[in-house]
Amino acid sequence: MRGMTIIVRKITQLVAPVIFLYGLYIIVHGHLTPGGGFAGGVIMAGAFILPILANGSILPNLRKEEAGLELMESAAILGFLIIAGLGLLFSGSLIFFSNFLHKGILGKLVSAGFIPIENIVVGVEVCAAMTTIFIALTVFSEEVPK
Amino acid sequence: MILFILCFVLFLIGLYGVVTKRNLIKIIISIAIMEYSINLFFILIGYIKGATAPIINDEVQAAVFVDPLPQAMILTAIVIGLATTALLLAIAIRLYRKYGTFDIRKINSLKG
Amino acid sequence: MNSLVPLFVIIPLGSAFLMAIFGRIIKGFNKVLLPLALLFLTYLSIKFLLGAEGTITYQVGGFAPVAGVPIAIYLAVDGLSRLMLTIISLIGFLACFYSISYINIYTAERKYLILFSLMIAGMNGIVISGDIFNIFVFLEIASIASYALVAFGIDRQELEASFKYQVLGGVASLLILFSIGFLYWRTGTLNIADISTQLPYGGIFVKFIAMVFLVGFGLKAAIFPFHSWLPDAHSSAPSPISAMLSGVLIKAVGLYVIFRLFFNMFALSHQIAMIITVLGTLSMVIGGLLAIGQWDIKRLLAYSSISQVGYIILGVGIGMLILSRQGNTAVASLAIIGGIFHLLNHSVFKSLLFLSAGAVEFRTGERNMKKLGGLAEVLPVTSSTSMIASLSISGLPPFNGFFSKLLIIIAAVQAGYYLLALLAVIISIVTIGYFMKMQKFTFFNRSRVFWQDRNIREVPFVMCFSMIILALLCFALSLLMIPSLRDVVLTPAVNVLVEGLKYTNAVLGY
Repeated sequence: MRGMTIIVRKITQLVAPVIFLYGLYIIVHGHLTPGGGFAGGVIMAGAFILPILANGSILPNLRKEEAGLELMESAAILGFLIIAGLGLLFSGSLIFFSNFLHKGILGKLVSAGFIPIENIVVGVEVCAAMTTIFIALTVFSEEVPK
Repeated sequence: MILFILCFVLFLIGLYGVVTKRNLIKIIISIAIMEYSINLFFILIGYIKGATAPIINDEVQAAVFVDPLPQAMILTAIVIGLATTALLLAIAIRLYRKYGTFDIRKINSLKG
Repeated sequence: MNSLVPLFVIIPLGSAFLMAIFGRIIKGFNKVLLPLALLFLTYLSIKFLLGAEGTITYQVGGFAPVAGVPIAIYLAVDGLSRLMLTIISLIGFLACFYSISYINIYTAERKYLILFSLMIAGMNGIVISGDIFNIFVFLEIASIASYALVAFGIDRQELEASFKYQVLGGVASLLILFSIGFLYWRTGTLNIADISTQLPYGGIFVKFIAMVFLVGFGLKAAIFPFHSWLPDAHSSAPSPISAMLSGVLIKAVGLYVIFRLFFNMFALSHQIAMIITVLGTLSMVIGGLLAIGQWDIKRLLAYSSISQVGYIILGVGIGMLILSRQGNTAVASLAIIGGIFHLLNHSVFKSLLFLSAGAVEFRTGERNMKKLGGLAEVLPVTSSTSMIASLSISGLPPFNGFFSKLLIIIAAVQAGYYLLALLAVIISIVTIGYFMKMQKFTFFNRSRVFWQDRNIREVPFVMCFSMIILALLCFALSLLMIPSLRDVVLTPAVNVLVEGLKYTNAVLGY
């Protein structure tokens, strides 16, 4: 895939970290404000997709990236499942998805038991998944048919 | 009520597109339109006039909140729609590679 | 036993992502993990089937009901769910075991097994869920996995079939979602048991919702006017996946949910029961007639699936008709036993037929009957298992298919629907016809010695094993006609449907 002009590339360089940070903020505050894992993850994915669009990329690099992201995605889902499963073990009454951590005070950043942790895991997963979808579609349309 | 009717009209527009369009990408777009109309429908179900967002903290003491459950459902439905659309697009790209066209009249190796 | 319910979703989901991570690093990890996981699920589901009684409910997250209103997502496992769980796990295990060898003709075995596992997770989730939105979510997991699996060969036909399947499946999902929204609007709840208490009896809204649901799930189950995707999708998928799609997926995704919603959630209405029965009869007749002209083995089997699904719906539909006009409950439950028994039988012999077709394709690379012939000598195991399945699906004694069809026909006669009984008999004869055609042209036609110059051997042991087990099941399931065995396996499932709205009390514990 071809890159874009120097103006786009420079601006992307400036903007991408801010987008990433904003996505992170939305994920971490998911249990307090609107947003959460999915919305934040999508924003974070923007920070990864933008440089690829601006700078362009070559097929082998994209393939390598895709493999890594796939691993990250699977690990995140597994993490989500494990945290949900921990509820099964630690809640005492064998309940799947039970919120076994201390709930804390309403409205504080560190509160709501395991929901923020699940949010972070979901954020990582969504970010990886969105980027994977983008890269996979790019690879599909770039590769030369046999 | 007019909003519900418009929402239903949007759904029918999508259905019309799926049935009549001959281009793979247009079919995918039509499915997406149907999906958006349903998302809109869910949000309308949960909407209560004059109510606030259902976030409980010390400052907000409003008596009426909008129903958060349809919003949660629609978030799930959006994720599912994303997966479906991505898969459809991937298949459409592959089909284009095989046939060199997006026209479903020319993509007809299956018959009977 | 109560706390084991979520394992039916956790195990396949967990093994899918374990395979995604470790399958890359450790060679052969996937081929060991998934069959073991599914074997364990089979054990667990059989333990549930034989051991558990009544309705097991489980509140995810442990949120207790507030003032009698259920808040948590409910998992409800009753007789019907237990039967479906056993079918899914057992056929899933056998198809997966078969895939270990079969998948060698494809390149991406890791992705195949991951998608397979996700499909199992989705179907198990549908069956154990007592919450209608949750059913939708799991339905989409199973459907999306199956869309990808249909396109697994990434050749022209597979891609085209998958696109068709996805467009129709997508429309079906949106219709289902639309009607879920409607239900939530009218009742303010998503729990199936709770909805049935809130839903007003009769009324235009309820009928509208019921019709939209019927169209949505009818598309998923490929009932007659909505069947056009099935022959393409089921014949293009890799054979073990065809076996899963035809044998299990259309039942778990389509039929199970239709039965669950129309018996346990909506109050039975005569019109809906009539529509369901008529559609079932039409799919039975039209699927059977269309199957005669097919020359592609898997396409023939796919059309036959439409026809056999018609039998299942016919059986259950007759029961529904009788129940809706407060008729004789004994006849109604006989009809429903016939339908559910046929569901069980069809999942066994149809998956066996697809696996046999896969074995033929595996060794010869050919699916066109006109080019095959004389394979009975070189593929003795495949040939004999396929023969058993053909006889069984055609309804010849002493195989299981005979008894379930017999029950449906007896019930139709007792209920006074002579035309339906006659049609069922005629289509049964048609079924014998096209399966004998398949047998003759594929395995016995010695005049075509086209394959004899090649060196075709019997398929590997793993593939034979699955087919032999399924063939034995074709005999063994006939034993379910013995009342004491039937009371353990089929009667609890049927009682769930016959009792109708008592489901609510069982789940919510009023």
